Amino acid sequence: MSAQVKTLKKKNNWQEHLLGYLFLAPALIVFTMFMFYPMLRSIYLSMTITDPRGRVAEFVGFENYIDLFSSGQFFTNLKATLLFILLTVPTCIVWSLFLAALTHNKLRGMKLFQFVFSLPIIVSVGTGSIIWLLLFHPTAGMLNYFLSLVNIPPVSWLSDPKWAMISVSMMTVWMNMGFVYIVLLSGLQGIPDEIYESAKIDGAGPARTFVRIVLPLLSPVIFFVLVVSIIGAFQAFGQIHILTRGGPVNATNVVVYQIYQDAFINFRFGIGSAQALVLFLIILALTVLQFTVLERKVHYQ
Amino acid sequence: MIARRLQYSVLYLVLTVLALVVLYPFLFTVFSSFMTEKEVSVYPPPIFPSRPYLGNFIEAIETVPVLRFILNSFIVSGAITICQLITSSLAAYAFAFLQFRGKSVLFMLFLSTMMIPWEVTIIPNYLTVKNWGWMDSYQGLIVPFMAGAFGVFLLRQFFLQLPHELIDAAKIDGCGHLRRFFTIIMPLARPGLSTLGVYVFLHQWNSYLWPLLITNRPTMRTVQIGVAMLQHEEVMSWNLILAGVTLVLLPSLLLIVFGVKQLVRGITAGAIKG
Repeated sequence: MSAQVKTLKKKNNWQEHLLGYLFLAPALIVFTMFMFYPMLRSIYLSMTITDPRGRVAEFVGFENYIDLFSSGQFFTNLKATLLFILLTVPTCIVWSLFLAALTHNKLRGMKLFQFVFSLPIIVSVGTGSIIWLLLFHPTAGMLNYFLSLVNIPPVSWLSDPKWAMISVSMMTVWMNMGFVYIVLLSGLQGIPDEIYESAKIDGAGPARTFVRIVLPLLSPVIFFVLVVSIIGAFQAFGQIHILTRGGPVNATNVVVYQIYQDAFINFRFGIGSAQALVLFLIILALTVLQFTVLERKVHYQ
Repeated sequence: MIARRLQYSVLYLVLTVLALVVLYPFLFTVFSSFMTEKEVSVYPPPIFPSRPYLGNFIEAIETVPVLRFILNSFIVSGAITICQLITSSLAAYAFAFLQFRGKSVLFMLFLSTMMIPWEVTIIPNYLTVKNWGWMDSYQGLIVPFMAGAFGVFLLRQFFLQLPHELIDAAKIDGCGHLRRFFTIIMPLARPGLSTLGVYVFLHQWNSYLWPLLITNRPTMRTVQIGVAMLQHEEVMSWNLILAGVTLVLLPSLLLIVFGVKQLVRGITAGAIKG
């Protein structure tokens, strides 16, 4: 009897193992072919020089990396990337938080404002960039027209090296604010009403309540948005490809755009892979740093 | 009381101005796509079209294969969404309810794919797809994205939150894993599946770099690339381009109106609870 149960159990076990692997197999096959294998191949490619069809012509060891760090180009690109992050991420979070705080109440018509401020979430990088390309147009664009109404001389939004990064960032903040706003607003809505009421009874004004009580409670959500936005900003490509193509004079030539140019315009897959891996390590280090340093300050309930 | 009413009016005034700033690019797009060429060429162009002129939409559909772009995007995003729902729910079921050797290692392996960004994999994937002769093909656009670790985790979290009593009852009734998966878990997980579905679909609808790299023929372009390429055609007038943009924005708008809140809440809940 007990032996029978044992064999039955064993058989069931064996079936369950098999079923587990069968269920994982489809995802695992895709990951292996399009994630793990490419990751390893990238490491290999980064140590080679290839022909334009991607076939390895020569193994060069760390030469691509040495070239990268000894030429100024990579650091110029990295500086552009960091500037882009600085111009977009804090601006977008503060702006969306401000809007979320203003619209988080039960007054009449707030649903409408909430809808409007979430609306940019429907914009993709392709459509958003095209809209702004026309708005930025130096002679016929509406932005310069609005400036002329208040007697400000026209700005060459996309062709002036001083302005190009600011313009691309403006468009990016607008495009990303929908998502950030929705996440922050639902974070605010998750804070129980009693907390506001008890703060009010204690005689705290709205500004004080917000800074001392709401912000700490919201910090996990802000932290989430911050991590996601920084990773996203490191990888921004479409708006630069459509609006400026990395120009003028490299002003908006971020690392990802340089990788695109090296690999898919000049077909230098080796140096492109090397840059991609360096960028990957930078993002990884920054994310780990954010989790170890910043997360300690985050207030989890 | 008067002070409070004044406060409210200031709040409404500020919000209205801010809302107009955020809305302006949309208004500009939609209104311009209803304007005639003559209206647009006046400087400054009028804010409102004098009458709803549909010619741009007709011309955009006739001269540019906008409908073809939209169809391509629907095929690609739809196929990827269906595939990801299947692969993710299978894997999520295995991680949530099955016991098998190497489970924790495989789980870590899945987790690690979320750390691999596209810029590292895109060069080898491009070379792979090129080698297989999949340039300018649907399979080239679809196959690399048929599985995603994000979906596996989202659904695993969701499965684990389902009421245990139902699953235990099925187990006692002698219902095997396959039947449990199809008749109990999948129907119960519908909210989680739709969250993931909308997320994946939008993500793919908006994807830019991959279709840019692997499509060259106009008939294979997806909407994002197709619309972006309009700017290079010198003859195109603005309102024609913006009519195209309006058409492309429409499906996303519809998806969003039908419940973006749930979507984002589902995603952030998964992300924060980890």
